[in-house]
Amino acid sequence: MTQTNLPNEPAPNFIQSFRRLLNRFQSSWKTIVVLVPFVWLLIFFLAPFFIVAKISVAELVISSPPFSKMIEWIDGGIVTIRLVFDNFIYIFEDPLYARTYLNSIKIASISTLFCLLIGYPVAYGIVRSSRTSKPLLLFAIILPFWTSFILRVYAWMGLLADQGTINNLLISLGITDTPIRMLYTEFAVYIGIVYTYLPFMILPLYANMEKLDATLNEAAADLGSGPINTFIKVTLPLTIPGIIAGSLLVFIPATGEYVIPDLLGGGNVQMIGRQLYNEFARNIDWPVASAVAIVLLLLLVLPMAVYQHYQGKAAEGL
Amino acid sequence: MTDDNSILKEDDTQNKVFSADKKPLLEIRGVTKTFGSFVAVNNVDLEIYKGELFCLLGGSGCGKTTLLRMLAGFESPSSGQILIDGKDMSDVPPYERPTNMMFQNYALFPHMTVEKNIAFGLQQDGLAKGEIRDRIDDILRLVELQDFKKRRPQQLSGGQRQRVALARALVKEPKLLLLDEPLGALDKKLREQTQFELVNIQEKVGVTFVVVTHDQEEAMTLSSRIAVMHEGKFVQIGSPTEIYEFPENRLVADFIGSANIFDGTVIARSGKNLQVATEIGNFYVESAVEVSEGSEVYYGIRPEKIHLSMQTADESEENKVVGIIDDIGYLGNNSRYKVRISNDYKIDVTVPNQVRPKNLKHHISLQDKVYLNWDASSAMLLKK
Repeated sequence: MTQTNLPNEPAPNFIQSFRRLLNRFQSSWKTIVVLVPFVWLLIFFLAPFFIVAKISVAELVISSPPFSKMIEWIDGGIVTIRLVFDNFIYIFEDPLYARTYLNSIKIASISTLFCLLIGYPVAYGIVRSSRTSKPLLLFAIILPFWTSFILRVYAWMGLLADQGTINNLLISLGITDTPIRMLYTEFAVYIGIVYTYLPFMILPLYANMEKLDATLNEAAADLGSGPINTFIKVTLPLTIPGIIAGSLLVFIPATGEYVIPDLLGGGNVQMIGRQLYNEFARNIDWPVASAVAIVLLLLLVLPMAVYQHYQGKAAEGL
Repeated sequence: MTDDNSILKEDDTQNKVFSADKKPLLEIRGVTKTFGSFVAVNNVDLEIYKGELFCLLGGSGCGKTTLLRMLAGFESPSSGQILIDGKDMSDVPPYERPTNMMFQNYALFPHMTVEKNIAFGLQQDGLAKGEIRDRIDDILRLVELQDFKKRRPQQLSGGQRQRVALARALVKEPKLLLLDEPLGALDKKLREQTQFELVNIQEKVGVTFVVVTHDQEEAMTLSSRIAVMHEGKFVQIGSPTEIYEFPENRLVADFIGSANIFDGTVIARSGKNLQVATEIGNFYVESAVEVSEGSEVYYGIRPEKIHLSMQTADESEENKVVGIIDDIGYLGNNSRYKVRISNDYKIDVTVPNQVRPKNLKHHISLQDKVYLNWDASSAMLLKK
């Protein structure tokens, strides 16, 4: 019998090497997957951060770009590195900056609290709503993102202005004779921030509450706990991860918010985002602007670290 | 062991339950529950006495869980009344009822330790710290979880969680403990072991248990009485022995255990026995029930009640039939034979394998001619 099939004969060389290549690719596939976020963060976060950090320790010069070089080659091959911390000292010494940072944090904190007070019952209501209305309600929460953010802030200007919709309504109803000043006040900024960032509070809360086992409430009731006590002892503790996630998603961008205080607060509400814009675009002082940004970043890293710490603990416990 | 237990329980049943002078602990009067056009529970009446371990048994969607949830107060009856200790529960919210429930998924609070889970219910009653601590210690000793006080539910095994759930409900000393598929989430071995533990604990604490289950074996081993539910109604209520040995209709006979069931017509009565004509012959069944001649019934006989032999039976035997072995299922402890009587009819017979087969050869093989017989007192007359 002649053998036509040789199943044990080694495959021709080029196929073998191709297979080896394929194998190697497969084993390195895991590495590639993990590498993607690293590369992304390197290009779009770490590199810009170092550029800003570099500018923040430079000096203002009249040139293009308007800051001094960090590393200079002097004749004879001597390298000088210049790090100027004047910008940071300036920020710490001028009370305007401290006040603006504090004001930003205050406005962001109060806005976050209001987002939580409104968002929590909304998220809870959506979770408890019927299967047909749930997707509809969630869709309505996301719907505002389909129109431009700037446009929505302009719409609030129209509503809040002295001759705006709300004042016209109040005057025609005879509640007030003279328009109530709302636009270009802190109140308008709160309205703008709470309105804009509310979905960022609702969605993580919803995701968290949706996972909660509804029979836990029944179990609490069965053990003699009334609805309020059940909320405090069972629901609230189990939604803390959602509260923290939502609060950070509102607080962090709200602190650095520029458009809302600029359009709705006018010059009357000092927030660090506006200050940064002024230094950068009006004063063309890139080094100070960069230093302002770096300080802001450090201020925001702190709550992030707290969150990470808490999440780590929660992951252990739950 | 199972047999011993069921005998014990039957005695208990007679002592504890059917005493006419005692008032029932739980009365269900004409309770109906509808969801839209779907009738989940259909006008049921039931009385459960103190100390009973009562089982609601039925397939999925039969209304047993809805009924249990109405007892706990999570659903309110569309019509009818539920009374516990003579008090109408209609307007009593779950958190004020003298009932506690053990949930099917246990519903343990994931953010609390075992200790805090159990303390939760006691704190609602406003008990002093010292007493709460003592009662937690007592109940943890009962369920043998003393060393797991500080663990979180997710650090426990399924069986341990089940016991924490039981402890959490029992520690409140409810008048009525409701258990929704208490053993459903456990694997087979653990389930068998836990069945007896549950009965022991119930006997120790003396609390009345109402158990919902779809598992007939679980219902048989656990309960003093069983209510078989189907499509929102009780089909039969009785002790496990009554339900198994004297099912009233085809549904119960089919659902609990297995049975050979034939269409039949009553043709005569001779003493204790009724003679029933079926498609495969005339058979006798012992029955005290008054049935007029000519009425249509089902005639049933359970597989293990049939005697199978290779020789023809005595002339004196009441019910006889001849067939061919069509199929053999060797289960180790038992063998299950399908015996073909005619082209259309087969009878299932279960025979215990009391003797080890010689040389690993079974003495009955396919296509053997076999003789079946059974007592009239073992047969079942089922309503049509």
